[in-house]
Formats: sequence, structure tokens, C-alpha cells
Amino acid sequence: MAEITLIEAIRQAMDEELARDENVFIVGEDVGQRGGVFRATVGLFEKYGGERVIDSPLAEASIVGVGIGAALYGMRPICEIQFADFIHPAFNQIINEAAKMCYRSNGEWTVPMVIRAPYGGGIGGGLYHSQSLEGLFTHTPGLKVVVPSSPYDAKGLLKSAVRDPNPVLFFEPKKGYRLIKGEVPEGEFTVPIGPANVTRAGSDLTVFSYGMMHHYTLQAAETVAKEGIDVEVVDLRTLYPVDRDTILKSVRKTGKALIVHEDNLTGGYGGEIAAIIAEGAFSDLDAPVRRLAGPDVPAVPFSHPMQDWFMLNPAKIAEAIRQLARY
Amino acid sequence: MELSAEIKREMYWMMLLARRVDERAWVLHRQGKIAFHISGIGHEAAQVGAAFALRRGYDWVTPYYRDLALMTALGYSPTDFMLSLMGKAAEPSSGGRQMPSHWSLRTANAVSHSAPVATQTIHASGIGLAIKLRKEDKVVLTTIGEGSTSQGEWYEGVNWAAVHRLPVIFIVQNNQYAISVPPEMQMAVPSSADKACGLGLPGEMVDGTDVFAVFAAVSKAVERARKGEGPSLIETRMYRITPHSSDDDDRTYRTREEVEENKKRDPLLMARTLLEKEGLLTIAQIDEMEAKAKQMVDEAVKAAEAAPYPAPEDAAFPVYAEEVRRG
Ligand SMILES: Cc1ncc(C[n+]2csc(CCOP(=O)(O)OP(=O)(O)O)c2C)c(N)n1
Ligand SMILES: [Mg+2]
Repeated sequence: MAEITLIEAIRQAMDEELARDENVFIVGEDVGQRGGVFRATVGLFEKYGGERVIDSPLAEASIVGVGIGAALYGMRPICEIQFADFIHPAFNQIINEAAKMCYRSNGEWTVPMVIRAPYGGGIGGGLYHSQSLEGLFTHTPGLKVVVPSSPYDAKGLLKSAVRDPNPVLFFEPKKGYRLIKGEVPEGEFTVPIGPANVTRAGSDLTVFSYGMMHHYTLQAAETVAKEGIDVEVVDLRTLYPVDRDTILKSVRKTGKALIVHEDNLTGGYGGEIAAIIAEGAFSDLDAPVRRLAGPDVPAVPFSHPMQDWFMLNPAKIAEAIRQLARY
Repeated sequence: MELSAEIKREMYWMMLLARRVDERAWVLHRQGKIAFHISGIGHEAAQVGAAFALRRGYDWVTPYYRDLALMTALGYSPTDFMLSLMGKAAEPSSGGRQMPSHWSLRTANAVSHSAPVATQTIHASGIGLAIKLRKEDKVVLTTIGEGSTSQGEWYEGVNWAAVHRLPVIFIVQNNQYAISVPPEMQMAVPSSADKACGLGLPGEMVDGTDVFAVFAAVSKAVERARKGEGPSLIETRMYRITPHSSDDDDRTYRTREEVEENKKRDPLLMARTLLEKEGLLTIAQIDEMEAKAKQMVDEAVKAAEAAPYPAPEDAAFPVYAEEVRRG
């Protein structure tokens, strides 16, 4: 089995889906000849042509809205938002249109589409190339929200997203694009949208995370293992709809829960996980549920010392694990 | 294209039927039997003229809330509308989920739209893109009010179609008001058709009270689109004879004299006068049509009143495509 990067896994998934189904096409800024600013679509323009790998005008509402129209007609668009930070002009089309189409037409119209958006900081991108925005979208029934953390999952989940009959928002941890490598079998396989993944079994406490923070959490778990703390790690993978059963099962086993995400704390996705645990596993808890999240400032600052202050990392996660283990 | 007497009478009938349905909605509102109505009175010529330029049931439409006559010409029945006014389960656009006049009619390829204005413009371009990708000869017609052409999403949608020469016909229904705001507060050009030159497609203004003039203009645009020669923008100009909606009091921003003056150009009256002058419509035929319309509207109201409301718990579905119950 070949070891490939996260972004190569994403590229492979799109390549295979373009080859599999002629209704699939890619639309976004610079996705054509340039192959995407992160090179996620590199080679696809040459292979499939400008009709299936389309450079859109610089207008995000239309990237998503044109995708919706094409999806209504029966196509399977993969819309790329260059950075998640630029998804806001398309917010209306995502929240009011894509997410509500099936419900508002009583099922007469559905929107099978994927919106890919690289998210997250730690790359020197400042306020507008670093945002984590899942919290804005995990409050929206009608959308599915997916965040892969490994090349295997990225490929398998993206293929599932393309085939899903609903709008799927696919947030990609861009810092991990080339940093995160893993074994991915060649050819056809999918990872289902929905189930979380227990990526490390343990008995002392559970850490719930996703995306880049899940990658860091695994490193932190290694570190504290040497100190005798046995951590279970759950990669949530699909944030909406969320896999309650896996969350509750793990907490019932370990009795302690830490939730880690890069998006800021207040009103963030971690609050929902904490609520699920409080409602469903209160009597199994041996400690208060803890959240480790980005600070409540508007976004990630540019200057390195300030960026480092904002960003979580394996050391900060390890420290939060130690504190919870001591409780 | 020269229209036969029969088709001209058919167009008049559609305008008449839509008018009588619309008027009955106002009556039902005054009687306290329905909570809301948004009227298309004064818009019938533009809408019926446009509808008849299409291959109905073959071409696609992304409409807006003012389009009762357009939808009627596409096969949306008086009973459908009465069901929707009363929020009954069998209402075909949304099963009672949306407000009245938020159309969707799958059998007519008329796509579900929302309340935020101009969202449908981009969908039309997306559908146009899909048609082009599949190398089919269908066209898309989309409608909007003149005030809503101020929205960014409108420009984005039209721009897309112009860049890719998509088979889309953008119809603006300029009825002199966006609720209370006149066109000169929306745009610095005399007509929304003038916006076309900045976007790179033909723009034309046509008398929106003359059903045959609209038919001719839209037919030309449809022909262009079908031949792969790209989109067109057509402003149809008319006067909104009623308040914006049943919730509006138009005496707060326009005089009765102004309204009365403009009623002289009532499109229904004008079509009738023209057809009578051409000897294509006799008093006996008009009487027959009126009687038929009255009977249809009476029956529609009766059927809708007798029809069941949706079960409250049906409001839980269908959020996702997997939940859709067909048939
Ligand atoms: C994005 C958005 N903002 C505000 C409204 C409220 N609103 C509904 S209709 C309307 C006026 C629209 O005028 P126009 O586009 O000229 O269409 P008309 O109603 O005259 O046919 C407004 C402000 C809305 N529906 N959507
Ligand atoms: Mg108007």
C-alpha cells in the first residue's frame, strides 16, 4: 500500500469520481490550469478538460449557487472554496438554498453536491486564511459537515460525499495537506459519512477531536502514554449529523472527556459534544467535561508569536490531558 | 413566429384565469380565510407571454413569488394555489412548508425557490451550465423584480451565463416598486436592461403589458439560447396594481390617482381590446371564459377548504434526501 499525503488522497478521490461518473464536475477559483492554489486539482484539467474542471468567476455565491442549479438538474458538482475564510459570500446559498431545498420542496428537489473548503491556521495566513468555520454550519439541518484527518478517511469520505444525495460541506485541514501522510489503498473504497472512528483505544479518558487537532491529539496521546496515561482518541470525522452512540460508548468506558477543536471556544462545536455527554452519560462521568479550543478572538493573528498563542498544538493538548487525568 | 388565433385566445385565457384566481385570493384574505397573499395583478402579460415562448414541460424555469400567471401557464392549477393559500398538505410546491407563492412544480421543471430575493438567478445559470455540459437544447427562464436586480447574487448569476454563453433568459419584471422603493432608488440606469451591456449579453426593454410583444421578445431570446448563442436579459415593464402583499398598505407611499391612472394599462384589458379589434375574440367567447374561470375558482376553493392539513409531525421531514417518501 502506498503512503500518500492528505492532499494527494483528496486529489485521487476527485480523479476517481470524475472518471467514474460523467455527471461529476469541479468548479472553483483557479482549479483549472493552475490545479488549485493548494494543488488539490492538479492534473485534472488536463485529464478531463475545461468543461469538467471549471475556473469560476471570482464570486463565491455563484460557485455554490451554480453548483446548486447544476445539482438540481442531475449533475454532481464539487465546488471548491479557495479558503474557508471566503465562504461567507456564499453563506446565503448554503444555508438558505442548498440546506433547505429538500425540506422546502417536500422532497421534490434535492441538491447532491460537495463544497470543499480548506480550513485552519498555523500556516502564517493571518485572519483571513486561517479560519475554522464548522461551528457556523453544524447548526444547519439539511447539510452534512465532514472533516477528515487522515489520507485514508479523506479519500474515502470525499468519495462518499460526491455520491451523497445531499449537500456535503467538506472542510479540509490545510495545514495537514502535506504534513499528514498515511497508507491509502489504490482504487475503489469509501468511508461512510456518519460514523466516528475510535483511532486509539484507552481506558483513562477520551479525547474527542477532528481534522488537524485529531492529528495532534494522537501525538499528545503518545506523549502522555509514556507517563502512564492511557488515552482513548475519537476522531469525530462527520460533525453533522453527529455519531452520538460512539461518543457515549467511549465516555461510559473511560468516565472522562476532553473535547479539542481549533475553532474558538464560545458557541463552538465542543459545546454540542459536551451537551450530548451531559445528557447521555452524566452518571458515568468521573470528572467535568473539559473543552480545549481556540481562544475567543476574531481570528488567527499573522505575527508568529501571536499565531502560536492562538493555535493549539500537541504540547497544549498533552497538558490538558494531564490535568483531566489528575482530576 | 406568427401566432394562430387559437393560441392567442389561449394566452388570453391563461391571463384571465390567473387574474380571477388572484382576485379570489384577495377576497379570501378580506374574509379572514387566508393569512397572506402576494399578488401578480398587472404582471399577467409579461408572465404568460414568457411562458408561451417556452417549450413548457421541456424547458426549465426558476421563478419568483410574483409569478402566479407564469405558473398557471405552466400547469399550476387554481386548486394548487388555493391549497397553498390555506397551507394544506396536498399543496404541490412544498406540502405546506412554504408560504404561498413560493413555487415549485417538478412536472413543469419549475424549481423551488426561497424568499431571499435573487437566489434563483444563480440557480438558473447552474441549470444552464448543466444543459450545456450535457449538450442538450433546453433553455432556462428565470424571473425577478427590478428592485432585486440590485443584489450581488443577481449580477453573479447573469455574469456566469454571459461568460459561459449559457442558455438562460433573464426576465426582469419592472413594476415600478420594490415594496415602496422606486426604480430610481435602485439603479442609476433608466432600465435594468441597460445593465446587460456591462455584463456582456443583449439587453432589451419591452412593454410588459403587451402579452404579444413579450412573447415575441422572449421567443427571440429562447431561439438564441437554444442555438447556443447565449443568454439574454429582457426587462418587461408594467405597474404593480396591488399593494406589495396583503401585509402592505400602499397608501403610505403612493397616491390613489397614480394607481387609477395606471390601471388604464391593465394588461388583461389591453389584450382583450386588441383581440376584439382583430376579430379574434367575441363577447360570447369572453362570457364563456369568464364563466369557466369562475367555476374553476369556485371549485378550487371548495376543494381546498375540504382538503386536510398536513399532520403536525410531518414537519420533521424530509430534511435529507434519504427521508424523501415518493409516490
Ligand atoms: C434578500 C431579501 N431582502 C429583503 C427581502 C424583503 N422583500 C421581499 S420582496 C421585496 C421587494 C422586491 O421588489 P422587486 O424586486 O422590485 O420585486 P416586486 O416585489 O416588485 O415584484 C423585499 C424588500 C427579501 N425577500 N429578500
Ligand atoms: Mg418591483
